[in-house]
Amino acid sequence: MSGSARRIWGLMYRHLALYRRSWPRLLELAYWPTLQVLIWGFTSSFFASRLAHAGATQPGAGAIAIGALLGAVLLWEVAMRSQLGVAISFLEEIWSRNLGHLFVSPLRPSELVAALLGVSFLRTVVGIVPAALVTWLLYHYDVLSVGPVLVLFVINLLVMGWWVSLGVLSVILRHGAGAEAFAWSLFIGVTPFAAVFYPVSVLPEPLRWVADALPASHVFEGLRAVVATGTVRWDELAAASALNLAWLLAAAWLFASQFRAARVSGALVSIGE
Amino acid sequence: MPAARPDAITVDRLTKRYGSTLAVDDVSFSVPAGRTLGLLGGNGAGKTTTISMLLGLLIPTTGRITVLGHDIARNRFAALARMNFSSPYLSLPARLSVRENLRVYGHLYGVRRIDRRIDELAAELDLAALLDRPAGLLSAGQKTRVALAKSLINRPELLLLDEPTASLDPDTGDLVRSWLERYQAESGCTILLASHNMAEVERLCSDVLMLRQGRTVDHGTPAGLLARYGREDLEAVFLDIARDRQPRGAEPPPHTAAELVAEDVMDAEGRA
Repeated sequence: MSGSARRIWGLMYRHLALYRRSWPRLLELAYWPTLQVLIWGFTSSFFASRLAHAGATQPGAGAIAIGALLGAVLLWEVAMRSQLGVAISFLEEIWSRNLGHLFVSPLRPSELVAALLGVSFLRTVVGIVPAALVTWLLYHYDVLSVGPVLVLFVINLLVMGWWVSLGVLSVILRHGAGAEAFAWSLFIGVTPFAAVFYPVSVLPEPLRWVADALPASHVFEGLRAVVATGTVRWDELAAASALNLAWLLAAAWLFASQFRAARVSGALVSIGE
Repeated sequence: MPAARPDAITVDRLTKRYGSTLAVDDVSFSVPAGRTLGLLGGNGAGKTTTISMLLGLLIPTTGRITVLGHDIARNRFAALARMNFSSPYLSLPARLSVRENLRVYGHLYGVRRIDRRIDELAAELDLAALLDRPAGLLSAGQKTRVALAKSLINRPELLLLDEPTASLDPDTGDLVRSWLERYQAESGCTILLASHNMAEVERLCSDVLMLRQGRTVDHGTPAGLLARYGREDLEAVFLDIARDRQPRGAEPPPHTAAELVAEDVMDAEGRA
């Protein structure tokens, strides 16, 4: 293993050891995604049955609606867990007053970020798999039925979670641990514009440009197209990927500049205080 | 006269300014390899700021730092891999066991055969019984020994210690000091020590740098400072400097690292 890979693994090992020793942390990973799926699953089943009873939908339309909604809920949880995974892992270092040790070790900032992304990926998998199983068992919706394109949807949402978290980390580096509330709230603020539960066309005209600037809105437009018609919208996937690349580069620049600013201002020394 | 050893640390005209506040003001010093420099001063004297800049945590406003031959501004990671740091004001993750914590830092510092190194440190620092206990459940003295083990995991050539025996009982403090002396004698490691414990400084340090309000106000060997201020112990010298009293002795302060080394050699010859 190269020096860089060992340092990245070293920090990942630190977080894996933490989860091995703390079952409440492990349980919490799956708790929210599963709860979300339960709430939206029952809600969508209720509406689908009422509409069918009233003869307001074509046969099979209810199942498609449930599929689109539950698929969206699961995929949005991927983005949320991905973002939280990075931000909370960083906050764990602040809470345990370990950040000073890390920053005076040979661990580069890029390696710190790489390790946090790795931990975030593992946390997301542990959180989403039980929720997907619940969706399949209770609502007979198999998210894998989306097909191989699901992998591209998931990658795009993981990456979106990562660059949003780099933004959160930048705010924490700038304003200290007092800004940790952003770790939980920032992504929720994005949700109305991400077109998770409705198409972009539902939004008022002036807000559509916000949605268009978010990779998630293109992913969810693509997901709805696959679930409703079986067509893969490559144009939406291309837009999501290009936007993710642009946002990721911008967030990496922001993080690097805030890290340097924290070394100038002394914030890196006192970040946990 | 013996040849001067290469410097492990060279600090040249270091200044750190926060807005209108000068935390460190034009400080220069060097530490020859294998020696121990005590960084002394009251609260707010600039010790922690200086150490933070040596570690690359802080970027100086002006000035240059070279550590183990590496310019900290350009290549701090090469230096950081060969040094280590310990402070009671930092913690190791409380829920991880001592062994897991040491493994983490073993990986971060690129230590080969980590488990063997952990066993060595456990034997030397009497940590064997603690290795599988969560770090958060240890007493203050045990935590200090674990922090010391972490700071030695990579066999550092330079050790920066910020009040290494603060909050320790006299027995544990003495054990830590003895262990540092032994490690330095065996490894030739350079140590930079910030401490308020003057007895500790007299015992461990070959050279002392006194800071006040960010400026160097005096430096020399402990014996040289005692002679210059006409005092019996460093505590009295510290108070003289903190309260801006003039030296009562006759010796002028030495100015270069070579002069510090020469002064130390003369002290050693005098003791012999």
